[in-house]
Amino acid sequence: MPARTSWIPYALIAPSVIFLGALFLVPLVQTIWLSFSAGDGFSLGNYQRMASDLNFSLAVRNTFLLTLVVVPLQVVLALAMATMVTKLDKGRDLVLWVLTIPLGISDLAAGLAWLALLQNTGYLNSALYALGLIQGPVGWLSQETPWALFFAIVLAELWRATAIVLVILIAGLQLIPKEFSEAAEIFGAKPWTRFTRITLPLLKPSLQSALILRTVLAFEVFAVVYALGGRNFPVLAGEAYVWQNDNQNYGVAAAYAVLIMAISLAATAVYLRALRTRPEQLP
Amino acid sequence: MTHPVSLRAIAAAAALFGGITVAQAQETVFYSTQLRPIEEATKVREVLLKGLSGKTTYVVDEPPAFAVRMKAETQAGKRTASVVGALHGELQPHVPADLQPVDDVAAKLTDRGIPANLMELGKLGTNQQQYIPWMQATYVMVANKQALQYLPSGADVNSLTYAQLQQWGKNIVDKTGQRRLGFPAGPTGLLPRFFQGYFYPSFTGGVVTTFKSADAEAGWNALKELWAVSNPNSTNYNFMQEPLLAGEVWVAWDHIARVKEALTLQPDQFVAFPAPAGPKGRGYMPVIAGLAIPKDAPNRAGAVALIEHMTKPETQLATAAEVGFFPVVKADLPPNLAPGIKLLAGAVAATQNAKDALVSLLPVGLGAKGGEFNKVYTDTFQRIVLRNEPVKDVLEAQAKALDALMKDTGAPCWAPDKPSQGACSVQ
Amino acid sequence: MTIQAAELPRTGKSRSMTLPSARRLLLWTGLAVLLAWVLVPIYFVALGAFGGRLGVFRWPKTIWPADLSLAAMTQFLGIEGVFNALVNSLIAAGLTVVFSILLGAPAGYALARYTFPGQNAYRLLVLLTRAFPLAILALPLTVSFIRFGLYDTPFGVSLIHTVLALPFAALVTQSLFMGIPREYEEAAWVFGCTRFQAFMKVVLPLALPGLAATAIFAFVISWNEVFAASILTVRERTLTAYLLRILSESPLHYRFAGGFILIIPSVLFIFAVRRYLFAVWGIASK
Repeated sequence: MPARTSWIPYALIAPSVIFLGALFLVPLVQTIWLSFSAGDGFSLGNYQRMASDLNFSLAVRNTFLLTLVVVPLQVVLALAMATMVTKLDKGRDLVLWVLTIPLGISDLAAGLAWLALLQNTGYLNSALYALGLIQGPVGWLSQETPWALFFAIVLAELWRATAIVLVILIAGLQLIPKEFSEAAEIFGAKPWTRFTRITLPLLKPSLQSALILRTVLAFEVFAVVYALGGRNFPVLAGEAYVWQNDNQNYGVAAAYAVLIMAISLAATAVYLRALRTRPEQLP
Repeated sequence: MTHPVSLRAIAAAAALFGGITVAQAQETVFYSTQLRPIEEATKVREVLLKGLSGKTTYVVDEPPAFAVRMKAETQAGKRTASVVGALHGELQPHVPADLQPVDDVAAKLTDRGIPANLMELGKLGTNQQQYIPWMQATYVMVANKQALQYLPSGADVNSLTYAQLQQWGKNIVDKTGQRRLGFPAGPTGLLPRFFQGYFYPSFTGGVVTTFKSADAEAGWNALKELWAVSNPNSTNYNFMQEPLLAGEVWVAWDHIARVKEALTLQPDQFVAFPAPAGPKGRGYMPVIAGLAIPKDAPNRAGAVALIEHMTKPETQLATAAEVGFFPVVKADLPPNLAPGIKLLAGAVAATQNAKDALVSLLPVGLGAKGGEFNKVYTDTFQRIVLRNEPVKDVLEAQAKALDALMKDTGAPCWAPDKPSQGACSVQ
Repeated sequence: MTIQAAELPRTGKSRSMTLPSARRLLLWTGLAVLLAWVLVPIYFVALGAFGGRLGVFRWPKTIWPADLSLAAMTQFLGIEGVFNALVNSLIAAGLTVVFSILLGAPAGYALARYTFPGQNAYRLLVLLTRAFPLAILALPLTVSFIRFGLYDTPFGVSLIHTVLALPFAALVTQSLFMGIPREYEEAAWVFGCTRFQAFMKVVLPLALPGLAATAIFAFVISWNEVFAASILTVRERTLTAYLLRILSESPLHYRFAGGFILIIPSVLFIFAVRRYLFAVWGIASK
């Protein structure tokens, strides 16, 4: 039974609305305006330049590819981690601590860590060399090895950002009353059945949050991609950055930013619809 | 929160509500895009700025952040920096909005012996002095001594041609199985300068007017061959000193400040020499960093004193010895330079004195479009060399973009292109 | 009694005792792989940081430390201004935590408990902040910050970091409050509590671990954020902005040293709050 509409929710959200209005909406509107004003007056010039750029279609493709591969893998990995951890009786604190360490590591430091592993004279090549699989340093991150580069970026992103999903899912798992699962066990449900029929549906709100956050962030992925592959693997946020800083064309940069926002919002709308939670379904 | 921390927070909040300006009187903030790495910034603070009266704070930032801040401070009408140090091309977008003319400072410095052509560059295409030349540099080739044995017969590193460089790279591939030529083609690498100051002048004798000439076409085909023997990781390299030290690259082209580390760490392992020559000569491009005073500088007197100090011959020599940028004033380099710096100085001198040297000046009058000007060349490179698109079509298409850009800015041709009436245009 | 209502799930003990040993082996193997997966890259950064100037170029590399050198590390810690930057970072991150919880948690509660016209618009607003690359907003933001005297203060930085952290706070707290059965609160009302009392006595204790998690997110977001922090400050840099500006163009071994220095506090911070973050989980808390 949702509470009757009253002034209370408005009072609760008002401070954050005022805050975001001043510090986010105002500059946002300024930026959107900028993206539509090439020369004088309203113009789509910036968007035309963006779409006709040689990296544009690549950046769109790469960003989607990366998001579609990384986000589902992260959810699966985080679910696996969470389930394993629940089975632990001792050392749980320690294990969770280690698994959540990447949460605190900045994009750039994460990029650096994977660079140490994957660069030509890095540890991966050293290991392969020691095993006799390669003759000398092999490049994995160059423009001539796009799939190896893609794979490397996926690994680094999995490493860096799975912890966020893990924490959100754990926060959700905690709140599922254990009676549900125990009851199912009494009725003879197998672990897998219990997982798919009880845990997953009850995790929906958390899954929704985790998916939305991760997807939106994935569309902005940039620092790790740059650390590993430079511009060999163009992504949307990276192109925005290049237009702003290297080309110093703030209009086209703003157009990219507006595009990223539009894509993120569309993805969010999809999640909200697909993972709709009705209040009466909640525990 | 600890006690002092919360006090600071209160102070910050007080500054907010009271509108107190944070800048302190009499402090000179020197804001620079050059000499950023820790070791160099420390040298600036502890050696180069010594002897200045009054407190000087040296703050560094990457060029993009520099550009944003300069613009924002102008728009808001509050300035923190009294003097800024940046490359010619980085100062250009800030004329006339963010910088004030420094003709009075230039008048004080006539005894320094800064060459007239450098002072002219400091006007950035206007009638007034916009910056005072500060230090200069250029680009050189550096090779690992291991590579010298594969030099094609009859080739001398000091008078190399592009054809010989290609053959050299090919010999290395044939003998070692590795592509060991390297270019800084990464996101912050200086490859655009290679096209504008080296490749185009050497192959076509121009930069803009000859953009899609038959010579250019031949040049791009030669570059494709060169790329075939270059390390595929080149598109990840920003500074060539790293792959040189790693032994991943044996022969590299880059800015002297970006190979310096390799030469100073292992002066016995490397040689430095001029960039190669093409059919039209040995193109090369000097790099000028300048000191300028922003509009509404809070401490103009301090800024003037700093500029005077930095252009003194002894400070200029110390700059060369400590950080490897060369003087803009008349001053002979001391003989006791570190071995690595000596190698660089030798390569720079050999470049300037080469019989076939063809100097390519820095573009003037592109304003904020300098980045998009670079983009024309890097896009052409991407399409022709990396994506293997037909040379002629790409040049035709990119020439249109270049032409539109030049018309937009109205920038006249600069050397080695012949001077033009009005905007420089592609022939 | 409210705390008993919280009688938290998954004591875990009884289940794991019943696991057959083969599955237990499998479990521990899986966990070992996951732990290695997280730790090994950090170990290699540490090797790079202590490996000396030329260590980073050695080929082939050994996975054991060789030529240990503290040079890069000590030089790094000796950089002038590091301490000031650290204080700035702590102020900015601390204020970010306070602001994002104070602004985000009430909003999360409103979204979880009430259906009201305009809530979807609000959700959209919150999401927009994450959906738009903040870097692009730098120019208009900087201009207004200078005007209002917020420029070059940790307080100003924390405001922007709050914009970044607020969606996390609102979304995480929303799912948190959604997971706390409404009946608990309603029961409290029946016993004569006001809405506010019911919230403080029933909901808050249950939500505390989740709020702690939110606080950590906020702290970490602020701690790691470079772009806004370096655009909005000149002298009062935060540590990350200060180090990374220097780092991005330093030789590789310095970059590893700096990367290592940046990783350490986050590791320690997460260690310090881990018990709190997962308190409901552990038998330890009982």
